[in-house]
Amino acid sequence: MTQTIMAPVVLGVLGVIFGSILAFASKVFAVEKDPREEEISAILPGANCGGCGYPGCSGYATAVVKGIAPVTACTPGGAELAAQIGEIMGVTAEVGARKVAEVLCSGHGCDKTRYDYVGLNDCRAISRVSAGPLQCTHGCLGGATCVSVCQFDAINVIDGVAVVDPDACVGCVQCVEVCPRDLIHMVPLKTKRHVAVRCNSTDKAAVVRKSCDDGCIACNLCVKACPKEGAITVVDNIARINYDICIGCGLCAKACPRGTITIDGVVPDKAPKKAPEAKKDAKPMSDGVRNAPINKGNDTPAEMMQKKAERHAQKKITDPKNTD
Amino acid sequence: MSSQLFSIAVAAILANNLILSQFLGICPFMGVSKKVDTALGMGMAVIFVMGVAATVCYPINLFLEANNLQFMQTVAFILVIASLVQFVEMFLQKAMPSLYEALGVFLPLITTNCAVMGVVLQNAQNKYNFIESITYGLTGGIGFLIAIVLFASLRERLEFAECPKSFEGFPIALVTASLLALVFMGFSGLSI
Repeated sequence: MTQTIMAPVVLGVLGVIFGSILAFASKVFAVEKDPREEEISAILPGANCGGCGYPGCSGYATAVVKGIAPVTACTPGGAELAAQIGEIMGVTAEVGARKVAEVLCSGHGCDKTRYDYVGLNDCRAISRVSAGPLQCTHGCLGGATCVSVCQFDAINVIDGVAVVDPDACVGCVQCVEVCPRDLIHMVPLKTKRHVAVRCNSTDKAAVVRKSCDDGCIACNLCVKACPKEGAITVVDNIARINYDICIGCGLCAKACPRGTITIDGVVPDKAPKKAPEAKKDAKPMSDGVRNAPINKGNDTPAEMMQKKAERHAQKKITDPKNTD
Repeated sequence: MSSQLFSIAVAAILANNLILSQFLGICPFMGVSKKVDTALGMGMAVIFVMGVAATVCYPINLFLEANNLQFMQTVAFILVIASLVQFVEMFLQKAMPSLYEALGVFLPLITTNCAVMGVVLQNAQNKYNFIESITYGLTGGIGFLIAIVLFASLRERLEFAECPKSFEGFPIALVTASLLALVFMGFSGLSI
């Protein structure tokens, strides 16, 4: 009988003791949380992409409430979210130009390699084997490491070169950080048409000509074609666009003999007066051959070689300056 | 006395390892062993909880035995462990938020970690005295830590190993765990 009574009594007493200890501890160890922090966390995208520079969305929310981070730092959320966060924080959000990632390589289907790479299909691994199999030591390795880190499906490898979809890109800079060749840069989408030099090679022209069909040879034609001084400059054997000055006219892209400069991701047709009879051939080159896979897996090596020869022939027609 | 403690410690860490010989606490062993860092944090938290649980449960067990209430051991110990884990959780959230976030859902899961329960019940079963109980609690936790950290470092390498599609992920981890358990069987000859 005593046991029957003792059992619930003992358990009850133990419960009361531990309960009161916990109640006391919850007061002592209480973590003060700003209610705004939870509000902000709730409206953040929750992708934990780290694009804001803080560890995950909750880290960013904490930083915003502390006043360290700007309310506009969440690129995936965009201007709309910045306004909402600004409302919670009681500040007005000023949103600048949207920044997206840009892969600075246009060597689609480039087969100029020094050796055959066999191994883990990851750029970080590929780049460690004698600086990668490409003859160009700056070009995209096509190992799709950037694709695997992108949480927004904004980047794809097309013919061995990663291409960013500017509509899907939220600017989280994950790909920028992971690229072992530092090939991906953040560029502002300021102008109506976005012009980009898709090459990152600082090699001399002779080296670039040998290792790539599309790389920048620092010929300065784009600089001469540019109506705004300083919008495009050649530094270290590579043309660079200053987006603070660039108005997005695309004249440099049309002047480029190598098809390195793109307008909204597409290589434009050449200016008609330069090679009028070659224009018809030039068009499939820019849209068709350049963007089509060199080998879809069905071609025999002989067919591949033929296609390559065609590609080069077209290049020579459209490019009067190309003498080799 | 000290040789007694030493043999308890060696048994708890190696020969009678809670996870790899007694198969207690498999849930966190499989769940939190993807990264060495979190495994280390989990192991530390378990050492702490086990040590404190063994300490607190000892007088309670004495009291229960004195009143002929041994049948209440299990439910009383559950109460103790559950409140302890709550306490540790609050403490970590305040003192080490990064570890708190890294452990995530597995911290409250220490409550249901049968290894902790196993340690206090074995303390009562083996009639260990106070010092022995604490020793078994702490060294049992150390055994848990060693097992989970070893396993986590193996799993980190497993990520890069090529294995048949059907074995990828969890199945190969279980196979690895069983091999690790076989290895620890080698310690069973160690009886001091």
